[in-house]
Amino acid sequence: MSEENKENNDNPLNTGPISRRDFLKRGAVLTSGITAMVAALSPLKQLEDTFDMEEFVQKHYKELTPKEMEGVLKRIAKKVEKKYGTTPNVQDIKPQEGVEFSYALNLSRCIGCRRCVHACVDENNQSRSPEVQYIRVLKMPQGTMDMEKGDHHYNVKKVPEEGHFYMPVQCHQCEKPPCVKVCPVEATWQEPDGITVIDYDWCIGCRYCEAACPYWARRFNFSEPSIPKEKINPNMNYLSNRPRSKGVMEKCHFCLQRTREGKLPACLEVCPTGSRTFGNILDPESEISYILKNKRVFVLKEEAGTLPRFFYYFDK
Amino acid sequence: MAKALLNYISFLCRCVAISFKGSTRFYAWMTFLTVLTLIGLNAYCKQLVHGLHMTGMTDQVSWGAYIANFTYLVGMAAAAVMLVIPVYLYKNKELEDVVIIGELFAIAAIIMALLFVVVDLGRPDRFWHLIPFIGKFNWPISMLSWDVVVLNIYLLLNMHVCGYLLYMRYLRRKPTKAFYLPFVFISIIWAVSIHTVTAFLFAGLGGRPFWNTAILGPRFIASAFVSGPAFIVLSLQFIRRFSDYKIADQALFTLRKLMQVAMLISFFLFLNEFFVELYTDSLHVASMQYLFFGLHGHNALVPWIWTAIAFNFTALILFVLPASRSIKWLNLACILSVVGIWIEKGMGLIIPGFIPTPLGEIVEYTPSWNEILICVGIWAFGFLIYTILLKTSIPVLLGKLHIKHKEAKK
Repeated sequence: MSEENKENNDNPLNTGPISRRDFLKRGAVLTSGITAMVAALSPLKQLEDTFDMEEFVQKHYKELTPKEMEGVLKRIAKKVEKKYGTTPNVQDIKPQEGVEFSYALNLSRCIGCRRCVHACVDENNQSRSPEVQYIRVLKMPQGTMDMEKGDHHYNVKKVPEEGHFYMPVQCHQCEKPPCVKVCPVEATWQEPDGITVIDYDWCIGCRYCEAACPYWARRFNFSEPSIPKEKINPNMNYLSNRPRSKGVMEKCHFCLQRTREGKLPACLEVCPTGSRTFGNILDPESEISYILKNKRVFVLKEEAGTLPRFFYYFDK
Repeated sequence: MAKALLNYISFLCRCVAISFKGSTRFYAWMTFLTVLTLIGLNAYCKQLVHGLHMTGMTDQVSWGAYIANFTYLVGMAAAAVMLVIPVYLYKNKELEDVVIIGELFAIAAIIMALLFVVVDLGRPDRFWHLIPFIGKFNWPISMLSWDVVVLNIYLLLNMHVCGYLLYMRYLRRKPTKAFYLPFVFISIIWAVSIHTVTAFLFAGLGGRPFWNTAILGPRFIASAFVSGPAFIVLSLQFIRRFSDYKIADQALFTLRKLMQVAMLISFFLFLNEFFVELYTDSLHVASMQYLFFGLHGHNALVPWIWTAIAFNFTALILFVLPASRSIKWLNLACILSVVGIWIEKGMGLIIPGFIPTPLGEIVEYTPSWNEILICVGIWAFGFLIYTILLKTSIPVLLGKLHIKHKEAKK
């Protein structure tokens, strides 16, 4: 390196014309830098078709006008059709006036067959691989409520097993939901009928709600959900069981696509023992009101102060 | 006005030019960091394509190395205030020359912290939902929205103070106090607030007893006020070795005194928590038991946390003993506390919060290779930024880089 060049390099004040050699050197650095950058970014090529401009600029659920909502539902239907080959009926069913849903579960009756778990997956279009489940059934030794003693992965030929009771846990639709409080973008909120919902098109996937939930009720789509075409439930709703994308949260929503139309949740309908009772707590004649008035019900982790709408009781 | 703008643009251009000039060693260092950054970027692109299942995280342990590093780095950024307070409140002479170096580090640390949040998002493309007024910002209810606000403001505060003081030095003008002093004082409060809010992020969760403790905020602050200055002590020595910038040993020893106190408080608070949890021995102790002794045969974090305790305790002893009045021992104590607190306030804080889950299930967490590469990439990028900031600021501080006379006169 000539003396002049050396000075050129060392003296930060020198911003004068650069030598040919220096120019070539910098050119080489720049070119290899850009090449390396392009190489590093190359996996992004696989993303090309997945970006959806309409979804990207879409407003928050609560700010969509009915007309805009119509367009959104059409877009979702088209996407589902393209991906799964079925024409879905995508709706946005609103909560009914004078309705507040509650759930009660009779622990004396539950036999731990997990039919509710699978009926829920079939109804709500969860990913099958990896399988996302909203209901977790704990096999508990009799004589304790300490969930650390529960078995989450029991795998036996015949249930129930002697000396155990079974405790299904799903979203408790709390009156004071910690998950709603922590969401930085209001992507999850409580509806007037007591159901905490998620706008899957608004969620940024920070998983703060998952950390906040004291009942471990929330699930995250760590990869792109995969559902076999023949398994799709075409009866879909914006805030509940339409297919989700990777990177967003989901959870039990009391099957609002059914319950807001007067039907019962899938987990209740499938239960062979009649352990589950669901209904409108504001209707004094409902079965759920009877149970809450007459059975000694309790909630999980009452000390968390979340006021769940999911009650347990023993009947015997 | 137009002239002032031109001067400023010329300043920025010269800064860019300087960051590309240097010795072979400088080029090697920058190439090394660039390569690591690009490897991290490549790993992140893979994560974007395949989703967060590329990480070791699960529904059971839903935060991992990203949030752990984020938490640690917020503390590092907050620690710049340990230089600012002595200089601006107590007119400390030793630290006056190096205060900007601390603030520049805060800038790099905040950028790294924000990147760690971004890579943790499942849908980073929806980032705009977080922008106040444009998106739907759940402020003031969500602690995460608070964190986004305070971190970005802290970044701007530091950028303004550093940028203004450096530019005035470049122009060879005396800085106007009204333009920076108020911001310096705000930044002192702000530094404490960023780490407090980050602690609240965890402490506010009633469903996670391991985090749900009022002592978390003070513990965050105390430990950050060790690891931050410790890192600065080490980087100041690099600076005086590789540049003409003179930094007196006295500056390092002033920081030592601060670290002595902070480490004592940090350890004291740790013992308080340790005692209360283990002596009470309620069901809530499970996470802490998992961390320190293992739970039902699961003990992935046990060797890590005891390493951290050993490092921190050794560092504490060194800081207190007169031995650390020699640079060699001081450096050892600094390295031990930077690493020890990284383990304790990172993985040692985040992971046990999820184990066992609220339903009592135990699923352990190990970061995946791709996840580790992303972390390394962000750290390398942070160092890249810090190096460039130093490379351009030091000539200005030394008076070597200043406005040309004809420009000034024009």
